[in-house]
Parts: sequence; structure tokens; C-alpha cells
Amino acid sequence: MTQDPNARSEIEPTEVGANAAETGERELHDDHDVTADHEVLHEGLDFATVAGMGHVASELDPDAPPVLTIDNLKMYFPVKSAGVVRRTIGHVQAVDGISFEVPKGGSLGLVGESGCGKSTTGRLITRLYKPTGGSMMFDGHDLAKLSSREMKPLRRDVQMIFQDPYTSLNPRHTVGTIVGAPLEVHNIVPKNQVLKRVQELLEVVGLNPEHYNRYPNEFSGGQRQRIGIARALTLNPKVLVADEPVSALDVSIQAQVVNLLQDIQNEFDVAFLFIAHDLAIVRHFCPEIAVMYLGKIVEIGDRETIYGRPHHPYTQALLSAVPDVKQAAIGGRRERIRLEGDVPSPINPPSGCRFRTRCQFAQEICAKVEPPLLQIGSRHKVACHFAGELGAHPATPVTTDLLGVDDQGTPVPGATPTNTQLTIPGYEKTWYDLTTKQTAGA
Amino acid sequence: MTSVPMTQSSAAERDASEGPFLRVEDLKVTFPTQDGPVTAVQGLSYSVEKGKTLGIVGESGSGKSVSSMAVMGLHDTKSAKISGSIRVDGTEVVGLGESQMRALRGNSMAMIFQDALAALHPFYKIGAQLSEAYLVHHSSASKRDARRKAIEMLDRVGIPQPDRRVDDFPHQFSGGMRQRAMIAMGLINDPSLLIADEPTTALDVTVQAQILDLLQDLQREFNSAVIIITHDLGVIAEMADDVLVMYAGRCVEYGTVKQILTTPEMPYTWGLLSSIPDVHASTDARLIPIPGNPPSLLRPPTGCSFHPRCVHSDKVPGDLCRTELPELLPASSGTAHLKRCHLADPVRVYETEVLPEIAPDLVEETR
Repeated sequence: MTQDPNARSEIEPTEVGANAAETGERELHDDHDVTADHEVLHEGLDFATVAGMGHVASELDPDAPPVLTIDNLKMYFPVKSAGVVRRTIGHVQAVDGISFEVPKGGSLGLVGESGCGKSTTGRLITRLYKPTGGSMMFDGHDLAKLSSREMKPLRRDVQMIFQDPYTSLNPRHTVGTIVGAPLEVHNIVPKNQVLKRVQELLEVVGLNPEHYNRYPNEFSGGQRQRIGIARALTLNPKVLVADEPVSALDVSIQAQVVNLLQDIQNEFDVAFLFIAHDLAIVRHFCPEIAVMYLGKIVEIGDRETIYGRPHHPYTQALLSAVPDVKQAAIGGRRERIRLEGDVPSPINPPSGCRFRTRCQFAQEICAKVEPPLLQIGSRHKVACHFAGELGAHPATPVTTDLLGVDDQGTPVPGATPTNTQLTIPGYEKTWYDLTTKQTAGA
Repeated sequence: MTSVPMTQSSAAERDASEGPFLRVEDLKVTFPTQDGPVTAVQGLSYSVEKGKTLGIVGESGSGKSVSSMAVMGLHDTKSAKISGSIRVDGTEVVGLGESQMRALRGNSMAMIFQDALAALHPFYKIGAQLSEAYLVHHSSASKRDARRKAIEMLDRVGIPQPDRRVDDFPHQFSGGMRQRAMIAMGLINDPSLLIADEPTTALDVTVQAQILDLLQDLQREFNSAVIIITHDLGVIAEMADDVLVMYAGRCVEYGTVKQILTTPEMPYTWGLLSSIPDVHASTDARLIPIPGNPPSLLRPPTGCSFHPRCVHSDKVPGDLCRTELPELLPASSGTAHLKRCHLADPVRVYETEVLPEIAPDLVEETR
């Protein structure tokens, strides 16, 4: 292949161009084949073998202890005025009091529209930002309070996989340098053994270990993402934050990477915080899902509940917006819940329930009182005054007794809020039953 | 490929509009590179009628965008070699001079690009960019008319307060609004052919649903022919009438959306279906990727270009897949359903081997 950088740009679709000449006739045994994905190395691969490598959706382990406990986490970014004296004139409430647990070796999915704070949450957990408030308990340490120096030994346990494999790898470093850098930073293995570990990792993610001295531009998008995954795995992390790990990849490659992440999870028992906007991928990868809207978690629960019986109007709208392949058998488009307009500004979010401006069920109480994230099932929490299954939303707010307010949201004099179970990170043994309005248990 | 009764709408009155509005025959696009010519598209034929939607699916590099850019005449004629025939409303576009092409482009056909932020000019106001598109094809119109038309179009695509937003710059719009503005720009001259190149890929699902609704409403209103290029089979299922699956520059399967998504007969289409999870599918469904990477178009594989990644080629006798390019032949489910594959009985393979792995719930239903 010529070294002229312009040569590549002329090959229309760059991704094919990237491994074009080297792949050539696709002689798969050729040593110079960069695309040597271990999955295609052997010829005569039949469907049963390939199907066996595919994974079914991950399963929930309800008894797994939490490895990471997030409690009332907040991140406010200051908004500065223009001019010489840049005063703070407001805050972007990117993440505003969210609580959840990530089970050991499990995965929690974080979904929501762009700007809802899901990526900020990921960056807070990896401490790329220092949170404004709240706590993040990991291994007996509160990550939110640690200084950068104290944080350093813990960083090896919490790693991140980035969205865009084209910009998250330094183009002037070889793959060996990129994947080996964490080893040198943390001084884990002697210098002469770094290469061995790097090659081991490349093999784990399905790349040819001989390619450690190549540069990122010699790899295709899917392979680059594998390099990013290898780098995140270098230090044997306990928690991996995957921020949209497959959304920049081609469809056929997405499945390869998702399967690889599932392999890694099974093999190394890593917990994942999986951030994505593709609801189908999240459903496949995460047995537990949190739905975010404008800096808050509006609904959290296990897969069956969130996708089968969502109770929050936003979750319902989000799910109904996903185009369905099976629709082809029927033809036309499905009836869907239309959400009007855009997400409001997080600088000045709506009072009360933040979703009320776009919600078809919104009433007066929604503007006055913020709905608590109420546990309504053994593994299901929802933040809505009118929580109910699609088509069965109650006519009166379900939260009035708990909050000590009447149906319009005005506080009832003398009433004592009975709500005892607001925003704890995990799940309680008992919950508030929506039909009986009483505390129920398993 | 099916004939539809002509609707009596205002947009379909010319004689030339009988038969498909766009007919592409044996299209071949070749780019010269330092490593030799790259044939990005070859042997591609399809047609789109007014009021119908064609969906084109395929990976990056399969020639989806190259073929539609050829329709729009957006390739540099000095370097790209285009052969075959593209007839837009009876007019042959291949080899048409730049000035004649300009009269067509933006007027009777328009394109919506994927990345609206990159496709809109950051220096000019939204209104100015929309007006320009109008003025180019309406030389007698005044600037005030053009501005009124721009506001009207912004209103039509659902931008709130269009009379104020018309003076905004693209960066002041949100992602969904920018895409709407792009659609408004594409539709300002009532084109009869609209090519949407991944119109919703960068958008959130809720915004995507709004944009798809809008495209469908507008198509119904203007009775235009629409080509929608995407890799999201869900979008295809809900939007398209016909589907064209492309791989390595060739059409590998063509049919109605129902034929392609419920009874596909080409292993690549199976691979696409099995490598996307579905929000409503059973959780026992496996996610089965297509192994390997898309091939190089510089030196494409011999025979069937999908054979290096195909996991079903062992069912074809001999070395046929490796040595001989399969013809695009009618499939078993109907004459309008074409596929390019050597497999003898793809229906049986799909139903007995592939379907149980990717959609166990569907198999139970059919039994």
C-alpha cells in the first residue's frame, strides 16, 4: 500500500479503504492481513459455529452485591457571563440527584435522549469530572470526595470505553504504546514484560498480537474499538464505563463488539455501566436499565419490567419511538406516542416533574411537587405522580399520601408524609403497591 | 417494480411521469485511485415510482451513497467514470452537462444529507440558505417572496416560531431542528424525487420518530418518490415499500419490504437481521454477527463478493461461491423478489437453521 495519505482519501468509503489494499484477495492465512479477526481466520466456517459464538441476552443475578453505589449524585456546570469579569450566572444541572447501584459482574444500562446527563454520569464515575454533590461508594472509598492524588490508585479499577474509536486513540502512538500506557503509568509490570501483556490483551479482544507495532489508522472502525476495549482492560478493572461503545460502528460490526463485551464480562467478571441511546442494544446487554431525563432517573428496573411494563410516560414514549423490524410483516408504521418539541434547557429546568412540559398526563400537581423515585415493585422504581402501565394511567395522583399533598399538589395541613423510602441507591424488600396504595412485600 | 394507479395529485400531471419516475439501469461508478480503479457500484438497476419509497441498506462502503450521488450528479465527472443509464422523469442524467444538471438538481430532485451541521453553511442564516435554494430555480421571484417561502417551509416542517427562527444560524438550532431545516431546504422547490441519505442516524429515537413522521406526511402531500438510505432495518421496515440490499457495490437482494424482512433469501440479509437486537424480540434470541469485515473494492473477492464472510457457503456444491458470481435471479417467494446467491433452497436453510437462533419466538408461532 502506498504511503501517500491522499491515496486513501480517494477511495470512497474510507472504512473499506483503511484495510483495502492489505486485505486484497482476502487470503485469510496471509500474515499481512490486518483484518485478521480470529472469527474469520479459519476457512469453511459454518453457521452453527458462528451462531454458537453469538450470545443471548445477559441475565440478571438478583443477589449480586453492589460494586458501585451512587447516592444522590449531582453535577452542576457553571454558566459564565460574557465580558472581562466572568461571573457565574447560572448552572447547567447536568446530573441532579441520581442514585443507583451497579451489581458486581453485572451491567446497568443508562438510556435517554442526548443531553439527559447519561454521559456526564459516566464521566463522573470515572472521575473525569469532580461531582458537585452526592457520593459514589466503591470498595469502601467515596470516589466523589477523593483528591486526584488519592484517586490515582483507584483509577485502575474504574475504566472507560469511549464512543468514537476514530478520535479516542492517539494517531501517533502505536497500538502497543496505547494499550501498554496504563501499565507504565501504574507501574504494574516491569518494562520488559509490558509487551507480553499487551499481546495477551490484543488476543483477548480478537486482534492479531503481532500487530502491536501498527498505528490506529491501519485498522478498521471495529478493530479500533477493540483496541479501545483492550486499553480499558489492561489494568483488570472491576467497573467498566462503556459510553456508547458501538454507536459509531457498522451494524454487522456492532454485534461483534457486543458479543466481545459479553465474553469479557463472563470471563473477567467486570461490572458494566453501559451508556447508549440504542434501546435494543441496551436491552440485549443489560438485565437492568435506568431511564434518564434531564438529569434525573425517571424509571429504573429490570429488563422485563422496563421493556414489558414501563410505568413512566417518558419510558413509554421512548419505547414506542423505536422502529420495529417486525413491522414489515404488517406494513405501514405503528401508532406511536408523539413527544412534541425538544428537551427543555437544563439551565432552567421545569418546576416539579421535569417531564411535565412534554407529558400528555401532566396536571397541576406535576408543576408543584416533584415526584419521588418510588419503588413500586421488587425491582422497579418510577418517578411519576400518575405511574401506570400504558393505557392504564390512574386519574388521580398515586403519590399524594406519601407526600402529604392533595390532588392538586397543595400541602394538606396536618398531614404527615409517610414516605420513608425515597431515593436509596438499591432496592428495598418492601415497596409501595400502586393498586392498594399500601406497602407491600415479596 | 409493481405498477401503481396514478393518483390525481397536482404533482403528477406531466406525460413523462408515466412509469417509474426514476429508473436506474446497469449503473457502474468507478473512481481512479493511486492503487488502481475502484469500482464502487456495478450492475445496479432499480426504479422508483412517484409516491413510493425505496429503502437502500448496506454497510459503509457498499455503494449506497455513491449510487445515489450519481443520481444527483454530484460526482466529479473529471475523475469518476459513470456508465449505465439513470433516467429521471424520462431525462437521461448520465453524461448530462453541468448547467442542465443544475436545472434538475434541487428542482425536480433533492437530497437530504446525514450530518445536518456539516451540510448547512455555518456562516449564513437558515433563512438565507433556504431562500437561495428557492431563488436559484425561480429567477423571477423577489427576495421577499423567497423569504416568505422559507418561513412557510420552516413552518411546514414543524419549526416553532418560523418567522423568528428564519434569522437564526445553524448552530442555534438543535439537532432535530437542523435536520428539519435540511428537509425544508430539500423540499422548497417541491421535488418529485427526494433522496434521504441516513436522515436520522445522528438523532435520538424520539426525534427520529418525528422526522420519519414528517417525511411520510410530506411524501403523501407532494406525492414524491423517496429513496431512503439507512443501515437501520427498523426504519426500513416502517418507511419503505421496496428494499434494495447492497453489498460490495452490487445489489444482492431486492424485493418488497415484507419479502426482504420476513423471507430473506440471501445470507448477507440474514446476517444483517441476526446482528441487530430487537426491542420486542425474545431474550433467547442470539446476536450473531457477520464475521470479518467488508471487502476491499480495490481487489474484490472472486465469485460472490460475500463468500469470504458467508457461513452458508459450505452448503453450495463445489467451489461455486468462490469462482462464479451469482446472477440476480428471481427468488422463490415471487417474481419481484430478486437475490444474488448460489444456495439451492435458501428458504429451508433460513427457516430451519437461522430463524431458530435469531427469533425463537417466531418459529413457535409458525409451527
